[in-house]
Amino acid sequence: MLFAIYSLLSAALFAVLDAGDVALTEAAVGAGISTILMLALLALVPRREAEAPRPHWPALAVVVLTGSVLIYATLDFPEFGNPDNPVQTHVGPYYVEETYNDMGIPNMVAAVLASYRSIDTMGEGFVILTAGLAVYALLGTRRRKPKGEQKKQETPGS
Amino acid sequence: MRNNGILRIIARFLIPLIMLFALYIQFHGEYSPGGGFQAGVVFAAAWILFALIYGLDAALDVIPERAMYVLMLVGVLIYAGVGVAGVVLGGHFLDFRPLLDDPQYAQQFGIVTVELGIGITVSTVTMLIFTMFVQRRADSLEAGEND
Repeated sequence: MLFAIYSLLSAALFAVLDAGDVALTEAAVGAGISTILMLALLALVPRREAEAPRPHWPALAVVVLTGSVLIYATLDFPEFGNPDNPVQTHVGPYYVEETYNDMGIPNMVAAVLASYRSIDTMGEGFVILTAGLAVYALLGTRRRKPKGEQKKQETPGS
Repeated sequence: MRNNGILRIIARFLIPLIMLFALYIQFHGEYSPGGGFQAGVVFAAAWILFALIYGLDAALDVIPERAMYVLMLVGVLIYAGVGVAGVVLGGHFLDFRPLLDDPQYAQQFGIVTVELGIGITVSTVTMLIFTMFVQRRADSLEAGEND
């Protein structure tokens, strides 16, 4: 629930920042679908948590190490909001200036996603397909019915 | 929840509107915020709302599980197919310009088509994941091992 509220608030923030595409995605995926899937998942798992074994010290060490390396890497980030940052000077200006001449459509986000960076988007499509296949592989097998009862329900699918 | 009048009436009003809005952000995505991904998720949300109110069986009558398997592959194949079509017509992979004579129209055609593919895949995968979760829940309830 907190995640859903958080997503809805970030969607409102994105909308205020004029990032309509991101706001739409955040509202639909973060606040809507994730919440529903999380609730469906909570209905699946048992109500009591399994007894946790002793803390796993090597795992904790790996996590702390990775986290500190990542935090160390953020020190090399360019200054936030600086107009000379690579994100402002590399291909961004080309997209802003030439999208309408190249495509004749006003929505730069759609142009970048579907045309300039089309292979990335195709990869995302395959990622989503893989997610569907993975869930199917994990949950798609119907549980075998006990012998002798409910013979008529053995037809696959429903 | 089929017997709750408020839910049923509100859903009956809302579901067509949500689906219409999904189609709008699917096919108007070049001009306004939106695109295939958002449209797919919104469309799936409408279907999930229908499933929540009227039950999964009624929802699977509308879009059967088998159709989801096929459509989620069809969406990706549409995307890849447009890319291969660009190669066949003498360009690079996912180069839309050879598809039509006018480069701008060709780009728009390519964008609309790949967004359609993405929308189909995203919506069917979302529906499929929801279906899988609910069916597994129904199975474990039937087996009587969920405390």
